[in-house]
Amino acid sequence: MNLTDIQTLSALKVGQSATVHALHVDSGFMYRLNAMGFRIGKPLELIRIAPFNGPFHIKLGNTEVMLRQQDAANIEVLM
Amino acid sequence: MKRIALIGMPNAGKSTLFNRMSGASAKVANWPGVTVDLMSAKLLLAGDITEIVDLPGIYDLHGFSDDEQVVRHFLCKNPIDLVLIVANATQIDRQLTLALQLKALGLPAVLLLNMADEARKLGITIDTDQLGNELGYPTVLLSAKYGQGYSDAYHLIETELQKNRAVSTVTLEENFAIDQDVEKKLEHIIEHSVDLPIQTSHSLTQKLDRVLLHPWLGLPLFFGFMYLMFEAVYTLGAPLQDGVAWILDHLRELVLAPLLSFLPPLLNSFLLNGVYDGIATVASFVPVIILFFLFMAIIEDSGYLSRSAFLMDALMTKMGLDGRSFVMLLMGFGCNVPALMGTRTMRSRGLRLLTMLVIPFSLCSARLQVFVFMTTALFAPEQAPVVIFSLYVMTFVVVLLTSLLFKGQFNSNEPFALELPPYRFPTMRQMILRGWYEVRHFLHRATKFITIGVVLVWFLTNMPYGVEPASAASWSGWIGEFMSPVLSPAGINPELTIALIFGFVAKEIVIGALAVIYGVEGVALMQGIAQEIDWVQAYSFMLFTLIYTPCLSTIATIRAEAKSAWFTALSLIWPMALAWVVSTSFYQIARYLGY
Repeated sequence: MNLTDIQTLSALKVGQSATVHALHVDSGFMYRLNAMGFRIGKPLELIRIAPFNGPFHIKLGNTEVMLRQQDAANIEVLM
Repeated sequence: MKRIALIGMPNAGKSTLFNRMSGASAKVANWPGVTVDLMSAKLLLAGDITEIVDLPGIYDLHGFSDDEQVVRHFLCKNPIDLVLIVANATQIDRQLTLALQLKALGLPAVLLLNMADEARKLGITIDTDQLGNELGYPTVLLSAKYGQGYSDAYHLIETELQKNRAVSTVTLEENFAIDQDVEKKLEHIIEHSVDLPIQTSHSLTQKLDRVLLHPWLGLPLFFGFMYLMFEAVYTLGAPLQDGVAWILDHLRELVLAPLLSFLPPLLNSFLLNGVYDGIATVASFVPVIILFFLFMAIIEDSGYLSRSAFLMDALMTKMGLDGRSFVMLLMGFGCNVPALMGTRTMRSRGLRLLTMLVIPFSLCSARLQVFVFMTTALFAPEQAPVVIFSLYVMTFVVVLLTSLLFKGQFNSNEPFALELPPYRFPTMRQMILRGWYEVRHFLHRATKFITIGVVLVWFLTNMPYGVEPASAASWSGWIGEFMSPVLSPAGINPELTIALIFGFVAKEIVIGALAVIYGVEGVALMQGIAQEIDWVQAYSFMLFTLIYTPCLSTIATIRAEAKSAWFTALSLIWPMALAWVVSTSFYQIARYLGY
């Protein structure tokens, strides 16, 4: 593992895949993210970005979620 | 009596299963967190009367949202004989956490893996015996929507219920530290009992999303669909409304009038012009409402609502709201009350209050009846749908204005993530249940608010004894006269004023009240109104009806949900003031321009 491979989820480009590396969020939101499938080591893909530079559309396994870019900035992923 | 609790994540199909079991109709919606009231039903299971309770959809037993607290509190306070864990089989790799958390609490349960049909299509194979053994809960696959596997599940529930293992209360606190174990256990079980294809996809959903969530086309398409829906409700609904009004009119002339002719004139007028005309006028709009809710049901169940949250989030954020607030506003088009309850999924109080402040501006189905009535009376058939759509647009204008003004008071930076479930189409059964539910809801309101409202209006227009009904000498005339300095600048005459006053109780009463005030119903009422007022007054009146003080049920819900007297007062006063300003400005400007 190379440190340069780690970046925030918000820096991901449309169509790119990565795996969840770390979640820097409060415990309430952590529960929610975990339950939706954001767990360390899980692969994810950025499918698209909403109009007006809105939230991310992310696919995690069989689940698709929307996540705001400001919140995506608190999630580290491994390219 | 035994008790069963239904627990599952949002979008697991919990409400669908509840409806199938109870035969009643909890609202089914493909949108996280819709089942907010605790619905329950009593069934005969294995010879025992059993109460089945549908708990809110939650992601985590230990989470901090209101819904998650509701579930925790319910489990701690109410002895449960059996928990039915409903999980979406296509997302079993994450939805199993809830089952493991319940297991750690020591609750007796069965695991129902729902959407077996979708899982099979996606190539997911689940060894239910193996999974059940590892988990320690009996497990079955089923489709609550189409019914496959349902009878097996039913038998399993009966068998498990007979084992009598009720746990009186559960101490949740000491089990709080289990999450790490749950994760390890989860991976272990999935590895042993589930065969998940590496890359599964709902290909239809992906194809649809490529168009419906397109960066440029997504929003115009969304508003285009909304317009088509309202156009369809009006175009299909207006003739139906005419038909029902015609039937009710003939029932009055051919049956009721001769039958009641022996009564003294005042009592006759009370029953026919008061109670019958009032209720019949409101009742004639029931087909429009059913039609509207059928369309709403399709949109809600389809998964398109959460997409609208995705599309609108960036714009709503600028207003201090978020994508969920937008979905609640759309839900409010049906009825404001469930939309207000839906805000329970928001954890930030500021965001929740601001959303609750704007939801009452949502043009609910009761107000839609008033607008269909007024536009049919005063606008050409080809103009009417455009006029009604303009009022829906006004909803968003008023929301924009209000949120920009108040967002400083209600700060929020709540992070949120929302599931985008695959597109689904509701079954015929779900749609029929929904239609029936609306008829029942109307009958309920009719017996309570609407009857009382129209009776009161009749008294106001016919008292003191002997006056010309609704004349200046009647009580309603006095009130109209008294209010006229306030409302005449908005072009609202004394008759319409009385209707507005009673509209505070329930907005449907507005048209019932007009029928009583003018002493006629159906087509004659529309013609009567068209002679009394012009389109500028009518539009001003509709703007006022859209914006002013929400109905009694809505206010009560705001009070209960916000738990704040000053916020409730704000929700009463602000819309009132805004309604006056908007209607008066519209009326004065239109008149100044020579209309």
